Amino acid sequence: MEIDNAGYFGNGWGSRNVQTEPYMSNGTAQGIIRISGLTKDFGNLTALKDVNLEIGQGELFGLLGPNGAGKTTLISILSTILPPSRGTAMVCGHDVRTQQNAVRRAIGIVFQDPSLDDELTGEENLDFHGRLYGMRAGLRASRIDEVLALVDLSRRRNDQVKTYSGGMRRRLEIARGLMHRPEVLFLDEPTLGLDPQTRRKIWNYIRGLEESLGMTIILTTHYMDEADRLCSRVAIIDRGEIVALDSPGNLKARLGGDVLLVDISDHNPEFEEKIREYGDVRGVNIQDGRLVLTVKRGESFVPRLFETAQALGVEISAVSMRKPNLEDVFIRLTGREIREEPAIEPKDRVRIYRWGRRK
Amino acid sequence: MGTTEVNFFGTVHTLWLREVKRFSRNKGRLFGSMAMPALFLIVLGTGFGSVFRYRSDTSYAEFIGPGIVAMSLLFSSMFGGMNVLWDKQFGFLKEILVAPVSRVAIMAGQTMGTVTTSMAKAMVFLVALLIGGLVKSDLQGIFLALVFMFLISASFVSLGIAFASRMTDPHAFPLIMNFLIMPVFFLSGALFPLDRIPGWLEATTRINPLTYGIDGMRFALGAPYQFSPLLNLSVLLLFWIGTTLAGGLLFRKMSV
Repeated sequence: MEIDNAGYFGNGWGSRNVQTEPYMSNGTAQGIIRISGLTKDFGNLTALKDVNLEIGQGELFGLLGPNGAGKTTLISILSTILPPSRGTAMVCGHDVRTQQNAVRRAIGIVFQDPSLDDELTGEENLDFHGRLYGMRAGLRASRIDEVLALVDLSRRRNDQVKTYSGGMRRRLEIARGLMHRPEVLFLDEPTLGLDPQTRRKIWNYIRGLEESLGMTIILTTHYMDEADRLCSRVAIIDRGEIVALDSPGNLKARLGGDVLLVDISDHNPEFEEKIREYGDVRGVNIQDGRLVLTVKRGESFVPRLFETAQALGVEISAVSMRKPNLEDVFIRLTGREIREEPAIEPKDRVRIYRWGRRK
Repeated sequence: MGTTEVNFFGTVHTLWLREVKRFSRNKGRLFGSMAMPALFLIVLGTGFGSVFRYRSDTSYAEFIGPGIVAMSLLFSSMFGGMNVLWDKQFGFLKEILVAPVSRVAIMAGQTMGTVTTSMAKAMVFLVALLIGGLVKSDLQGIFLALVFMFLISASFVSLGIAFASRMTDPHAFPLIMNFLIMPVFFLSGALFPLDRIPGWLEATTRINPLTYGIDGMRFALGAPYQFSPLLNLSVLLLFWIGTTLAGGLLFRKMSV
């Protein structure tokens, strides 16, 4: 799978070292999260390589990348679960290495894997959390009512978590992350393995949080549409490095033009070479046996596409056109796709099964 | 932020409360965990009691009574401590470890919670023994027995936490059961007196801390005993301190 990277991405954007422009909203002088030169090694494996990033207060920030890109590692370092190998990370002005408890008090986190006590009720899980964070009884009670209402779980509050569905558990975990009103909320793959309806619901909650509470939210995802719909800014991470950082709109706009999906009878290098020579073609790529072209103006390019095909005896069975999405941006930057996974990964299935026979 | 500095005892209480809530909720597990000691007491006590008499004034059931209480403590404490492994497996430990509280407090709370539930189960046996007339003791004796029971329970909970902190796979549970818990129980003099067994067997029972716990309980509950109560108490105290340090150290170093 070759990708035409020369020229178009040569001037600054496609290079691996992306300049991070601090995003400042509501006049904040400094980012609520400041990361510089952050590196994490696991033995010989470098999970994060010299990450520089600044996130402003009140941002809904997305870390987008395939599984294993380093998103969870970054979140783990920011939430003091893992120590960094090199570099510094400041959360709300506290160093994650030396001021762990101050960082822990300031953040809330919803882990990628389930982390509820399924023998306790929903309310008890929240109460446990509130106690651990030193909240007094009165505040705990009122906050429990508040966050349960927010995620529509008030009616199930006295049921044990083991009777909850996957989506309800996820919502309860989000509610729990909000219990102590953190300044920064981390959501690690908040909709992984959920059905489309539940995903949309959770997106609404997340958006609501940002709008009504002004909370800084950092979410990781490998779902393109999730990052696109939710985030004000996105960092695309690949193999431990940030390869692009901007708003989803700008990222797509820089790709420019339209994406043409062309079904051809068989692979023809000469045909691809010819297409590449046209000035308004910005990318040629093969994806699932299909030719994917990024062109300036799709409508005017299609006639020329057919001419070229006819001249070379290539048979085109179908052409479709769409606007570029973040997936296209990712492919353009890395030459690879972010694979969409099935709704429930086999690993999770095992986990759910084991959950059922706990002790 | 709405939160204040969390104190040590607040955290201990929170963890303790969780254990007690889980315990009170699951009646099935409560009875399940008491089945084996009950079986030992009733079947072995009656069965062997017909052929075995330790002393003229002591029936076999009276002899093994305190040992069965200790058995219940050993099993539920060790497995209770190892429940940390399930919390690790099912992610709940992350929720605990990312909270702004000290790990020592977490470990202490986890221990106190499991000791409470283990003692509650063991006390059901103790009361049954008292009602059945298999234990002849006064209030002081019972209080002393409770001290021994606490030390046995707290030690094995800490040992369980120590193992769970190092392990990653709950499939090792049967291994621990077969190669640690069962030998510790069978080589503790719970089922037979130590003064008539061959030297090699006696030597192995003597290095087993549970032996001293059971002997101490026998003293407290008016059954025939062998060592001085002070020796029993000292050995058990040392064992408790040792396991608590080991458990605490490994728990602090654990990563999730």
